[in-house]
Amino acid sequence: MKKVLTAGIMTAVAWSAASQTITLNGAGASFPAPVYRVWTYNYKQATGVKVNYQSVGSGAGISQIKAGTIDFGASDKPLEKKELDQAGLMQFPMLMGGVVVVANLPGVQADELKLDGPTLAGIFLGKIKKWDDPAILRLNIGVQIPSIPITVVHRSDGSGTTWIFTNYLNKVSPEWKRRVGNGKAVKWPVGIGGQKNPGVGNNVKRIKGAVGYIEYTYAVEAQLPALQLKNKAGKFVRPALKSFQAAGANADWKNAPGYYLVLTDQPGSDSWPITGVTYILIYRQQPDMVKAKALLDYFGWCYKQGAAAAAKLQYVPLPGKVAAMVENSWAEQLTAGGEAVKR
Amino acid sequence: MAILKKQFVNPELPDRLFRVLTAGAAWLAMLLLVGLVGQLFYCAMPAVRRFGFRFLVASEWDPVNNIYGALPAVTGTLVTTAIAIVIAVPISFIVAMYLVESAPHWLSVPISHTLDLLAAIPSIIYGMWGLFVFVPFMQTYIQPLLADRLGLKHLAFFGPEYNGFGFLTAGIILALMILPFICAVMRDVFRLVPNVLRESAFGAGATHWEVTYDIALKYGARGLLGAVFLGLGRAVGETMAILFVIGNVQNLPRSLFGSGTTIAATLANNFGEAEGILKSSLFELGLILLLTALGIQVLAQLWLNRIRKQMGEQ
Repeated sequence: MKKVLTAGIMTAVAWSAASQTITLNGAGASFPAPVYRVWTYNYKQATGVKVNYQSVGSGAGISQIKAGTIDFGASDKPLEKKELDQAGLMQFPMLMGGVVVVANLPGVQADELKLDGPTLAGIFLGKIKKWDDPAILRLNIGVQIPSIPITVVHRSDGSGTTWIFTNYLNKVSPEWKRRVGNGKAVKWPVGIGGQKNPGVGNNVKRIKGAVGYIEYTYAVEAQLPALQLKNKAGKFVRPALKSFQAAGANADWKNAPGYYLVLTDQPGSDSWPITGVTYILIYRQQPDMVKAKALLDYFGWCYKQGAAAAAKLQYVPLPGKVAAMVENSWAEQLTAGGEAVKR
Repeated sequence: MAILKKQFVNPELPDRLFRVLTAGAAWLAMLLLVGLVGQLFYCAMPAVRRFGFRFLVASEWDPVNNIYGALPAVTGTLVTTAIAIVIAVPISFIVAMYLVESAPHWLSVPISHTLDLLAAIPSIIYGMWGLFVFVPFMQTYIQPLLADRLGLKHLAFFGPEYNGFGFLTAGIILALMILPFICAVMRDVFRLVPNVLRESAFGAGATHWEVTYDIALKYGARGLLGAVFLGLGRAVGETMAILFVIGNVQNLPRSLFGSGTTIAATLANNFGEAEGILKSSLFELGLILLLTALGIQVLAQLWLNRIRKQMGEQ
């Protein structure tokens, strides 16, 4: 009798566990949030699995995954191998995207304006104060540029977008590196701050002579034309899916421990110089096999079926080769209850 | 039956239970305050230990090298609050005086109701209006008028450059936000002045102004000051409306047209991504804000008590 009862209960438990709807909770970077929103919706439609993503910022994503309150974290700033090992986390790239420079110059088509790295750094350092500065005119021969003061607009909140942008300035300007540096928030020499990407876009639209940096999708959404930038190969490029892709093309994922890679200032004549990678963080030792499998199913779906939706929003999906590499690392590194997680 | 009841329920028990519950609820308020201050202090300790007193006087805010100073945020808070009070208090006083002393009934009633409704507008609405309407208005009309037409740009406190954002814009919006509060309280204070006093003054040949100044103002000094402190308390901690228009940079205020930040805006901007010593520094800023607000309350109470004694009203 007892045995039958136990067996009955066990079947019931197993049955309820299987039919229970799984919910995956993630939080972090706002840079890829537009894609993650579309993905979670499509995934729910396709599989019935619910994924919650809170776009709270990379820093908050990192601290929440470390605190164990979510199933996956997302960050635009890659963690170094040492920090990953300490926290027992693994990191893999999910998407690539571009940060662009937008400007509000009356009478000038901003997408015809050209800047190079040192000039951009000079503007953000506050050394180039007017739009008709010789450094800018030199790069834009034949363009009528009005003599109005430059107002720099930057993010007022800490942000992965700022991290990518300042990482680029760090690489192209020794003075920037010395005086300001690379961070999610930095000590801005000049300018005013706006909240998140839309806030920066808004302020640029509102102030004559403003210049700011913004994630590409938001620039397209706000219909803010983006400037051309000179890349490492010395070519002026327009921000577009194609040029972001070109920047990602020569990324050497294989030799990057913990997939730590920054795609700013990449070689290649078509490469957009301020391209960033956004990452996912999960625990190497998953607490629950069912959930671990669901997580990997979701990320695998994002790489394959999610690619089209990402490209539509101007983000670059990871090349199939890299996705396969990531899937291999899952098989190597992930465990749940001491067993390898197999999909 | 009565015997049975006595066996099971101590007749004093409900009473005691009631007392414990009510006292507990009352103590909860105290506990909450002490707990909040304690928690803030605990979380701020790393920053206190790292920067010490220098945190209060340093104007550096460098997240890359992890060096933080509270001076820009603190002075920004003081400047915006001061602008708001300087603008809002006289206007509130005049409006309240008019409503009670001279306005005809058909006008004073709808205006009074409008004031009360204005006080209920959420601060985010002021922020949105500030960003989309008031900032461009400041940039195209007010700031050129002040700086160029009136030539104020040659003075130290009106910067030569302007873009609509900054301390003056934030201060004016703050003034609009606290004006209904201050005005509503002042109106009620004026209303409380006994008619006997007022009429006897008029009877003695006093003018409207004399009645207001010598009778209403003195009689209601406590309440009027209370109104100012109410506005002050709200202005010091205001976040959303300021966040949109102040410019959000860690600069010391040099010009009324310049951009800066306040304590509340700094907290709102940085908390999401903060870790380590930055987080702790933000907690210390929060502690400063809380203590400032408490300080205002305490000072107000002390001041009011003194005036009450002076006026011989025990």
